[in-house]
Amino acid sequence: MSVSQRPLSPHLQVYSWHLTMALSILHRMTGVFLSFGAVALVIVLSSLASGADAYSCVHDALTHPIGLLFLFAWTFALYFHMANGVRHLVWDAGLGLGKKVASSSGWYVLAFAVLATVASWLPMAMGALT
Amino acid sequence: MSLRTPLSAAKGLGSAREGAHHWWMQRLTSLALLPLTLWLAISIVMLPEMDYASAVAWMQTPVAAIAMSLLVISLFYHVQLGLQVIIEDYVGGALKIASLIALNFTCIVMVFVGLYSIIKVSF
Repeated sequence: MSVSQRPLSPHLQVYSWHLTMALSILHRMTGVFLSFGAVALVIVLSSLASGADAYSCVHDALTHPIGLLFLFAWTFALYFHMANGVRHLVWDAGLGLGKKVASSSGWYVLAFAVLATVASWLPMAMGALT
Repeated sequence: MSLRTPLSAAKGLGSAREGAHHWWMQRLTSLALLPLTLWLAISIVMLPEMDYASAVAWMQTPVAAIAMSLLVISLFYHVQLGLQVIIEDYVGGALKIASLIALNFTCIVMVFVGLYSIIKVSF
């Protein structure tokens, strides 16, 4: 393909960072990351169908520190993508598109993602400590 | 000089009228995934034990089997729609076609492996 002579639209580095822009990028990144989590879910399901040995293999991998790190990251990514997805659905309904509202809803999404992640891991963290 | 009529040049260059369906299905699957993923997250947190017997017993309950099946279907439909747009945005040429083929086949295989596993554990 020959290089087009048409002007390019300004790319990311031209703009100063805003929350709305950062969250938009994060929504895509978490989406890609969660796709791998979806494959992991199918691996867990298929190991469950394959028997106790296969399941314990997958179980060991996911409870290994690296596995736990992935599970933790998937938890945050899921809650963020979920809440931000709802934010997108509200925008699709034509609501909350103002500059200030779009920014504050972004903070609420982040707060929800952090709180829900902590709440999800708290029982296990408490169990590990006692 | 071209022998093509202006009409033939205009034809087929516009919208394929496919975008609205893509957009709508992405919203529809996101709406379905909202309760389903919340159910999965809450179920895993509430599961007292993670050993094989407990996991199988949980998966054998009708609610878990049905919700998990619905989750696997809507999840990979959503993954297919989302990743398709990302591939179209960042990948070009032959690699784009190859990526889209790989994406579609992978998602379909994942749905069938997931559903087969759920059914096998359930019965």
